[in-house]
Amino acid sequence: MEELYPITQYVNEEGKFLDDSIKGDISTELVHTFYYNMLRIRTFDRKAKSLQRQGRLGTYALFEGQEAAQVGSALSLEIDDWVFPTYRDHGALLTFGANMPNVLLYWNGRTEGNVHPGRNIFPPAVPIATQLPHAAGAAWADKRKGNKHVSIAYFGDGATSEGDFHEGMNFASVFKLPVVFFNQNNGYAISTSIEKQMNSKTIAQKSVAYGMPGIRIDGNDIFAVYFETKKAFERARNGGGPTLIEAVTQRFGAHTTADDPTKYRDQNEVESTRDQLDPLLRLERFMKEQKYWDEKWVQEITTQIHEEIENAVVDMENFPKANVEDLFDHVFEEMPWPLREQKEQYLQSVRSEQV
Amino acid sequence: MNPVTEKSAGETTKTTRSLTLVQAVTDALGTMLAEDDRVMLLGEDIGKNGGVFRATEGLQEKFGENRVIDTPLSEAGIVGASVGLAVNGMIPIVEIQFLGFIYPAYEQIATHVTRVRMRTMSKYTVPMVIRAPYGAGVRAPEIHSDSPESLFTHMPGIKVVCPSSPADAKGLLMAAIKDPDPVLFMEPMRLYRAFREDVPEGMYEIEIGKGKKVAEGDDVTVITWGAMVPVAKKAADKAKARGIQCDVIDMRTLFPLDKDIIAESVQKTGRVVVVHEAHETTGVGNDILSIINKNSFLYMKAPIEKVTGFDVPVPFFALEDDYLPTTKRIDEAIEKVYTF
Repeated sequence: MEELYPITQYVNEEGKFLDDSIKGDISTELVHTFYYNMLRIRTFDRKAKSLQRQGRLGTYALFEGQEAAQVGSALSLEIDDWVFPTYRDHGALLTFGANMPNVLLYWNGRTEGNVHPGRNIFPPAVPIATQLPHAAGAAWADKRKGNKHVSIAYFGDGATSEGDFHEGMNFASVFKLPVVFFNQNNGYAISTSIEKQMNSKTIAQKSVAYGMPGIRIDGNDIFAVYFETKKAFERARNGGGPTLIEAVTQRFGAHTTADDPTKYRDQNEVESTRDQLDPLLRLERFMKEQKYWDEKWVQEITTQIHEEIENAVVDMENFPKANVEDLFDHVFEEMPWPLREQKEQYLQSVRSEQV
Repeated sequence: MNPVTEKSAGETTKTTRSLTLVQAVTDALGTMLAEDDRVMLLGEDIGKNGGVFRATEGLQEKFGENRVIDTPLSEAGIVGASVGLAVNGMIPIVEIQFLGFIYPAYEQIATHVTRVRMRTMSKYTVPMVIRAPYGAGVRAPEIHSDSPESLFTHMPGIKVVCPSSPADAKGLLMAAIKDPDPVLFMEPMRLYRAFREDVPEGMYEIEIGKGKKVAEGDDVTVITWGAMVPVAKKAADKAKARGIQCDVIDMRTLFPLDKDIIAESVQKTGRVVVVHEAHETTGVGNDILSIINKNSFLYMKAPIEKVTGFDVPVPFFALEDDYLPTTKRIDEAIEKVYTF
């Protein structure tokens, strides 16, 4: 099966072009967009980790190493498309247009962080694989409306063991829905390695069971991610139904800031692969090789990104305190009496404390 | 099924049809499919086959395969896809073939259907109805006969409705479909074809959260819902023959419960029997006791009696009549609270 699903690569580890067919589609603007967004979300990720360590953010899920997979896929979306992320996909969300202070608020335990104005972003799936049927459903609604919007469901390798993976893929293929199932195979579900997760060599091969196209790509090669995801979206927008994409990548860090990866793998070994696997390094090599590298521009965007992130942290930290009424107000449109009574009683108690 | 016209109190002319409960469900679904293009029906065998109980009979023929959808055999998939449909503008009405088959979808309901509004501060909502026949007493194979309403009344974010008559079934289902939030709509399968009743044609709603008195009396309050309503009424008739007059209340909605109808009756009688076919422990009956305790404590003349299914898995049908509350058990409970 592995031979049937070779890893598609456009740019190799040394930053060299392997596939000239996309050369015509590459512009300085596109390459710079790739680099800018990958640098931006990596800087964000590192900042968030540091905020958590300082006690200024709650438990945080890290994605360092998966930037090409997240940026490449998110950049191939159109503004009206739907995104169904997991808790590790805020890099993709930020690229798609999520509000940065809101992303920080989410990780600081604030519901406001799930509301991104102007974008169809479903709140991150915390249970595993439940978002696959959601993405199929949202795509179904767009198909019924007769527009060309698509949905993308992000999920990890562990999710393929869940029943909802099957149910979502099956629905999408039976009803030929415009959805892309975008798998980031980073080799680990917390501590469980892919070999213990499944007996199949690839995730892409699972597409065969659903009669849908499946492709395995190098998730550290942003060109492969961007162009292959775009192809899948084009097919979906034109009535060709769903696609399963397996982006083979890695997370360099822990599952979350509450996880100690040294319990299940040698982190020195992981770091030793960085030179070969780091998607940002690869893009940098490509840019230098192909003369897209502009030191001045890189310095400019580095400053700009740091400023943006610092401002977002300030916005997050200055955000008004959580409103206790929100505890009750968003369960139903009209509050049923048990909630109304509980709310009144609790607010009375809170207010009497404040007197 | 011939249309007849009757005058109601408000002088408006309502055409009614004599329907069974399952026909009333079909009528409500057909009316809403015609009324609102966003309404979609999804379920196993509901299209061509018209549903295993024929609740969707003829609807696919009339509204097409894009509105009345035969889905894969996939409860979590049906409910999960419906979450996506709902947040993107559709009104999905899901049929779960038997409520006892809903467990694979439980995660979708517990973590998404009921939480999307809260998790997005009302940016996204899930105006979904999940319909399912429930309950024992029809000699069905095992696992077809569960009554797990309290698994859902315990879950914040979903209303739970359970009619016992054709007219209520239509009016409450229409209200459920129009409700901006998720509703679990429990259909008592043993009452699907038990009797006919005049059901108003066209648009017609009954407010969710309101119970109904189905018998009047000053001595004892019997509180129940769904398939137990006729059983409780029969028990009340038996008690009446001995001179004990019962209020029989059909709750119709299990979340939110109608506390006013309970208080009004209980404060008059001071004696209560709660009847449900679900298991006793953590049953909705306990919430009714809690409401009475809070609102009517000083009116009580006797400890409240509960007549419920036992704390055993709903049995194979050879023993289901022993599992279910009977007229005899209810009557004994009425006698007990009356003579306390």
